[in-house]
Amino acid sequence: MASRVHLLRRRPLVWILLAGLLALLISGCGTGPQSALAPAGPVGMREAGLYNLIFWMAVVVFVLVEGLLLFTALRFRRRTSDGIPSQIHGNTRLEIVWTIIPVLILIVIAVPTITTIASASTIPQGPDVLKVTVIGHQWWWEFRYPDLGIVTADEMHIPVGTKVALTVESADVIHSFWVPRLAGKIQAIPRRQNEMWLQGDEIGEFYGQCYQLCGTSHANMRFRVFVQSKADFDAWVKDQQAVPAPPTDPEAAKGAQIFQSKACVGCHTIAGTNAKGTIGPNLTHFGSRTTIAGAMLEKTDANLAMWLHDPPGVKPGSIMPNLGLTDDEIKALVAYLDSLK
Amino acid sequence: MATAEHAATTHQPDRRRYEGIWSWIFTVDHKKIGVMYGVTAVCFFLIGGIEALLIRSQLMFPNGKVVSPDQFNELFTMHGTTMIFLALMPLSVAFFNIVVPLQIGARDVAFPRLNAFSYWVYLFGGLLLNASYLFGGAPNAGWFGYANLTEVPYNHSSYGIDFWILGLQILGVSSMAGAFNFLVTIINARAPGMTFMRMPLFTWMTLVTSFLLILAFPVITVALVELMFDRLFATNFFNPAAGAEPILWQHLFWLFGHPEVYILILPAMGIISDVLPTFARKPLFGYPVVAYSGVAIAFMSWGVWAHHMFSAGLGPVANAVFSVTTMLIAVPTGIKIFNWIGTLWGGSINFKTPLLFALGFIAMFTIGGLSGVMLASPPADWLENDTYFVVAHIHYVLFGGTIFGLFAGIYYWFPKVTGRLLDERLGQIHFWLMLIGMNVTFAGMHVLGMEGMPRRIATYPPGMGWDTWNFIATIGAFTIAVGMLVFIYNFFASVRHGQVAGPDPWDGRTLEWSIPSPPPPYNFARIPIVRARDPFWVQKYGDAGHGHGRVVPMPVAGGAHDAEEARADEHGEGIHMPDPSYYPIVAALGLAVMLAGVILTNLILGNPPGTQPAWPPSWVAFVGLVVFLYGIYGWALEPVSGHSS
Repeated sequence: MASRVHLLRRRPLVWILLAGLLALLISGCGTGPQSALAPAGPVGMREAGLYNLIFWMAVVVFVLVEGLLLFTALRFRRRTSDGIPSQIHGNTRLEIVWTIIPVLILIVIAVPTITTIASASTIPQGPDVLKVTVIGHQWWWEFRYPDLGIVTADEMHIPVGTKVALTVESADVIHSFWVPRLAGKIQAIPRRQNEMWLQGDEIGEFYGQCYQLCGTSHANMRFRVFVQSKADFDAWVKDQQAVPAPPTDPEAAKGAQIFQSKACVGCHTIAGTNAKGTIGPNLTHFGSRTTIAGAMLEKTDANLAMWLHDPPGVKPGSIMPNLGLTDDEIKALVAYLDSLK
Repeated sequence: MATAEHAATTHQPDRRRYEGIWSWIFTVDHKKIGVMYGVTAVCFFLIGGIEALLIRSQLMFPNGKVVSPDQFNELFTMHGTTMIFLALMPLSVAFFNIVVPLQIGARDVAFPRLNAFSYWVYLFGGLLLNASYLFGGAPNAGWFGYANLTEVPYNHSSYGIDFWILGLQILGVSSMAGAFNFLVTIINARAPGMTFMRMPLFTWMTLVTSFLLILAFPVITVALVELMFDRLFATNFFNPAAGAEPILWQHLFWLFGHPEVYILILPAMGIISDVLPTFARKPLFGYPVVAYSGVAIAFMSWGVWAHHMFSAGLGPVANAVFSVTTMLIAVPTGIKIFNWIGTLWGGSINFKTPLLFALGFIAMFTIGGLSGVMLASPPADWLENDTYFVVAHIHYVLFGGTIFGLFAGIYYWFPKVTGRLLDERLGQIHFWLMLIGMNVTFAGMHVLGMEGMPRRIATYPPGMGWDTWNFIATIGAFTIAVGMLVFIYNFFASVRHGQVAGPDPWDGRTLEWSIPSPPPPYNFARIPIVRARDPFWVQKYGDAGHGHGRVVPMPVAGGAHDAEEARADEHGEGIHMPDPSYYPIVAALGLAVMLAGVILTNLILGNPPGTQPAWPPSWVAFVGLVVFLYGIYGWALEPVSGHSS
């Protein structure tokens, strides 16, 4: 009998390895730009907090159950001297105990679950709440501020410490909107207006993308959220509401002309011009953005030129076709688009 | 009483006896059909595995260029569809086929020709689904095919979705036919004295799974018919442009989909509920509780479907209700785990490969179950849903759970089917490679998910914190592949040169171990009378386990009146087994061709995908109809051959 238990004691290495593995797994948590475990706002914090509660309870159950399994398997290993073990059929009291204990554990999880559902689902209202409509397209995100008259794409700006009420919709297929560090995700379904709210309590840049398979470039449908100070946000709003003046720089002016004469106007809107298309992103203040092509690329002149040269080549399946632009035309367009601050 | 050699005669009149490959194609013997299911399922498992290796190769590094995004979408769609419908479910059915009649003391299933038909329909459905690769592209909208991405406006560059609809509908016919068969068999064909509470647990789970199959498949059939009508005939069940709600598809799919995952796990739970007692030499602890937990899980599985839709915006009431029902279903599942550990406790555990896989099942399924509880809370789920956290969860329960359970069954029952044991050393190597491989692959995916990596993305940029675990996961995937190579080698080597097993290599507890390995065509020369649970064990050791393991003769139905009659009965003379028949395969072929002829009308007529209306159907449909009608007409009126002497 002694040697059976000894087996376990002689293998502390196994426990150390397992603990090490668990530590390794957990150590990677909360460090990435799209991590759900580094919340920067109250909604995200509450949800991540509930996640952590359940996670650690699961770790305890894991250690107990796996430990019991390992112990049992080793302790009752067959030895040649074994006869037939006692043919025990069951134990009613044990059955009751190991039914009730899981139910109690689940109650501990269920109560905060329901209260968190309630708080996340109660959309704040009133004059202090910023309203944003999020519309998913194949494969970019549109952001509209109905009370501010702003339409933009790829990035959403919100003031710090302010409740933001989002209405999430889709223009084509089902997408899913998620900025992990601020709140949980919700689907963008055509013909539905799904509502959620979030709040950013840290100033900074937060990453998000589409989480529901939506076609060829599902992986390339990303966005950024900028949580700004009240002053910066107000400045941004003012800039976005302004109609850009026609460009004075000759290269940019040439680009404006090319833009108006080519197919661009059929899909894009630039306020103050004849471009009134709504199929593609609104480009009125394109110059002030930090990313392009559904936040797939950083907005650099080189990336923009690469995009204009062959959109489907950069983003497979892109609805923006290859327009066969020459390098000169691209250079001018880049200058024009950069000027749209 | 088991004898080492069985009668050479097949008891069929000459005109209905087939040799070689034809004896397989026209067989109605549940054991042969089960073997065909098993071999075919493992082949599809390997195909699904290759699709997985391609996926993991593409995701090994950021900005991968192994496959294009469209190809990637096809790969994960086919990986999921293949693994679930063409590998895991049919492998379970292989065991239903081979094992259940033997466990209940029956000579075959209730409807042998329907059994053969189910297999051929499955094979043709699986081949048609995979043919999509050759005809312009495989389905690409995920194994769950959410509308309206599957509708023509957003999916018309290939016929892939049409192939997907066709494949699943055909497989649905196969699954339902099989389910009816096993249901009737278990209810009607149990040996005298085998009450429900004396059935082996695997047979119990087969019964419960069959009920689930019969009730769940009509739901997806309806959904697929509606999608088919949208694509072929311009109806608008899921088309938002015409005022429909695409979320309807999600409801229908998951109402099927959640019972489906219990269809996937319950058979494996049944297998290990038989394996653990055998290798611990103790009865299943809490047998009635384990059996009723399975029944409870089956009932409750109908009330949880919307936990797949927590982020679809159903509202706080729906989310809260489904959260509670989902948490509740964890209770019977946990109860089973404790009862399995209770089976091992106080036992005398023999660490053979079936037992290793059974232990692996408990360990891995516990992890998957715990991540399931983490998914049951909607606020936590809003952080986990559609990320690699869910990929980790599903693979812990389906790979660590179902696949480990199925391999336990393969190592356990291979000697019964072939008469030879699989090599034990190679089995252990296979087990450890799979256990280590799957943990290396899927453990880190929990982290990937919480770090925000979405599912179903063809690539990812560097700098997201996802590089390391993706790299490691790919290493793990190839480790699993090596394990599978070891198994395949073991399989072929053991079929030919494996150690001879005899009727009872494991000192088993249930009836299948009381007959020769491989069993004669009629299974039992004399149908046994069952007087207890674990009847064979009781026969060997008595109720309290005090016997010496000598096999004493089993009481049999219709006792012989004298020694000579008893001898004759032992050789199986006078037993009439169902005749082989070619109508099942003919009917299966006709059905598959007919459905293909309707659903693939555009492909056959050379119209672009999504051309509407796809009516009238192509000529292929009418050929298929004729063959199908011939098949069932012949089946219905096929004469039974005369009784043998």
